[in-house]
Amino acid sequence: MADTFTSDLIVSAAPHIRTRLSMPRAMWFVSAALLPSIAWAGFVFGVYVILVTAVAIFAAMLTELCITCALKRPVTMLDGSAFLTGLLVACNMPAAGVLPLYVPITASVFAIAVAKHAFGGIGQNWINPALAGRIFVFFAWLPAMTGGWAVPANFDAVSSATGFDALSTATPLNILKFGTLAAEHSALPSYSDLFFGFVPGCIGEVSALLLIAGGLVLIALKIVNWEIPLAYIATAALLSWVFGGLAVSGQVPAFFSGDPLYHILSGGIMLGAFFMATDWVTTPMTFKGRILFGIGCGIITILIRLTGHNVEGVSFAIVLMNITVPLIEKLFRRRRFGVSGEKGAA
Amino acid sequence: MARLQTFPMGGLHPRNIGLDTMSLPIRNAFVPHFLYIPMLQNIGAPALPAVSVGDIVHKGDVVGISSGRMSVNVHTALPGKVIDIREHITPSVDRVQTVVIEVDGDFHLGKAIDVKRASWEGLSKEHILAIMQESGLVGMGGAAFPLHVKYNVPPGKRVDTLVINAVECEPFLSADNRIVIEHAEEIFIGISIAMRLLGVSHCVIGLEADMHQAIERMREVTLGKKGIEILVLEVKYPQGSEKQLLKAALGREVPSGGLPADVGALVSNVSSMLALKEAVVDAKPFYERVLTVTGDLVQKPGNYKVCIGTRISDLLDECGVRQAPGKIVIGGPMMGLAQYSDQVPITKGTSGVLVLSKKKAAIYRHTPCVRCGKCIAVCCMGLEPARLTTDIELGQDAHAKSEGLLDCIECGCCSYICPSGRHLAQGIKLGKLRHLARMKEERGG
Repeated sequence: MADTFTSDLIVSAAPHIRTRLSMPRAMWFVSAALLPSIAWAGFVFGVYVILVTAVAIFAAMLTELCITCALKRPVTMLDGSAFLTGLLVACNMPAAGVLPLYVPITASVFAIAVAKHAFGGIGQNWINPALAGRIFVFFAWLPAMTGGWAVPANFDAVSSATGFDALSTATPLNILKFGTLAAEHSALPSYSDLFFGFVPGCIGEVSALLLIAGGLVLIALKIVNWEIPLAYIATAALLSWVFGGLAVSGQVPAFFSGDPLYHILSGGIMLGAFFMATDWVTTPMTFKGRILFGIGCGIITILIRLTGHNVEGVSFAIVLMNITVPLIEKLFRRRRFGVSGEKGAA
Repeated sequence: MARLQTFPMGGLHPRNIGLDTMSLPIRNAFVPHFLYIPMLQNIGAPALPAVSVGDIVHKGDVVGISSGRMSVNVHTALPGKVIDIREHITPSVDRVQTVVIEVDGDFHLGKAIDVKRASWEGLSKEHILAIMQESGLVGMGGAAFPLHVKYNVPPGKRVDTLVINAVECEPFLSADNRIVIEHAEEIFIGISIAMRLLGVSHCVIGLEADMHQAIERMREVTLGKKGIEILVLEVKYPQGSEKQLLKAALGREVPSGGLPADVGALVSNVSSMLALKEAVVDAKPFYERVLTVTGDLVQKPGNYKVCIGTRISDLLDECGVRQAPGKIVIGGPMMGLAQYSDQVPITKGTSGVLVLSKKKAAIYRHTPCVRCGKCIAVCCMGLEPARLTTDIELGQDAHAKSEGLLDCIECGCCSYICPSGRHLAQGIKLGKLRHLARMKEERGG
């Protein structure tokens, strides 16, 4: 006769312990790493950018709530994902006093409703939702998105305290691209202005310093990888050095006369490389694939900046590379243990 | 300082949750009132009961006799009376024929084994292999593969190096560490026997860098000994896996589907070396072992020498459990088997008992994959667990197999690291079980 064994013990397959780094925790950490940049933008450009940010986040979270409720799915409004999407949408809005609030709202709604949930919700989207939202409103309200760059409002106070001397209503990249006279080039903000964030631009891209610091913290916490930012920034630096010489008075610029440091510090490269191109869902899962993804982002960004119609190419570069992710993952597999090279890559 | 050697692909460092027992010396566990000795404790075939109900047995007597090539003898650690032979649960197999002994009488060794061999050097290879099978030796690292089969290297394969696994990579477990510290001389003799058995002149003993005392002791006893190399490896899980250890120690990569012998090596657990010495030199059969008892509910965690057949409930009575346990795991936290009853006995392959509270053991909710790629980065076999598990969930077993499903060593790193809490390793294990079932069906039909 067999005994019966009963108990209320929990039985599950191994492993029985788990990391503490859950997806929501990662999302909140990324958001936290971006907050200093937003706060700094608020300080430099005035409280309106904080309002834009709050509105973008609110719209994203509300959209998430409505859709999950309508689809009768678990309510994931507070898992940090929608918050981060809204925050990144705000980062991609120009820090301009005239930006109507329906622009960030539309961007956030498009990001959550179309880019994320229409494709199946978290983990299923092929495109970075925040960038999809940005590109949508970029084409829908082009003047609002590209004109009227705000002059750093607290400029006088800050500059008298610190000795910085930037003042421009054209973004540095605008000057780099369309300025043809040496005099115009001399109006470019200095490296330190770019580094500390005394330049016109989008809300989330003002200070390279704060973005690099936030990005490095996330890398140290193993929340984002280092491969993509490194490959992206290095490629952008290399290409802007080789091909990015300034065309003064219609002359063809010489090779190797570009200013790589200026290129990588200005515009959205730091924001894109550390916070957008490292999005888990829309980037390759393998090491080699990530290197290639970063290189591709760098090439497209510089291509758009130097020869395209637009001044800035970060968001398009990342979105175009998002499209290639399935292909990259098919081509760049990890070698399997105990399987020779060719067979392992098959 | 030079970087320590380790395996290059994947792996991780499970977080320390304060259950470490490395500094706790081995203690003898209390003698239980009953022993439940399963006839099957190894990979292979069960032994046949050699006793009948009502028989009086002495310490060290054979209670189960090997039934064939893939089977080993089973002994009783304690004297007493056989009160039942019945089906009982074991940690890894649901029901197995089990000899139940009510412990009683005096603790003299049975007559048959009350001799010490004067010298093992004169024994032939066949004789040592026979001693292994008679003494019931199986690998003690967890898989419990019969040693007499393992050390009988098939013709055509050539082994040039013996690798001793003292890595003990499972978090919280420290029985091997303590055995090295407290029995280094005997381990050295065991290794010498194993080397002679294999006819090899090179042995690498792999330890991890945090086992300071064990490293020191092993260096002491092997000082000036030719051909024995102490290799201190970087601390990384799952370095105790055979394939990862060979890669780390020798740089040799076992081919997919292959065995260590395919790359001229044989890996043996360090505790098995102690058991080998005891069997060959002291004529002591394998009837007790050292294991780690720990967990957030255990009052007296530590390393205990336990009679095989002791039920977990008896062991936990001694170690003390603060409240009703949420989960009891045989083995370590990364690969151990959760038990549904505390009536399971300790077997030859039990390296640890982990008692977790309900809070620590709670089954976590999983959310969709967010493609972070962490499971791929930590997979020490170069697999893509996220995709494999998706294949299994969708019933695409053939595709999963072509993507390396059967290469998985079930180390659990992917599930550990997954920020979405997906049950990746669990899904892959399910896929492997389905594959085995299909193979069985095909053979049968």
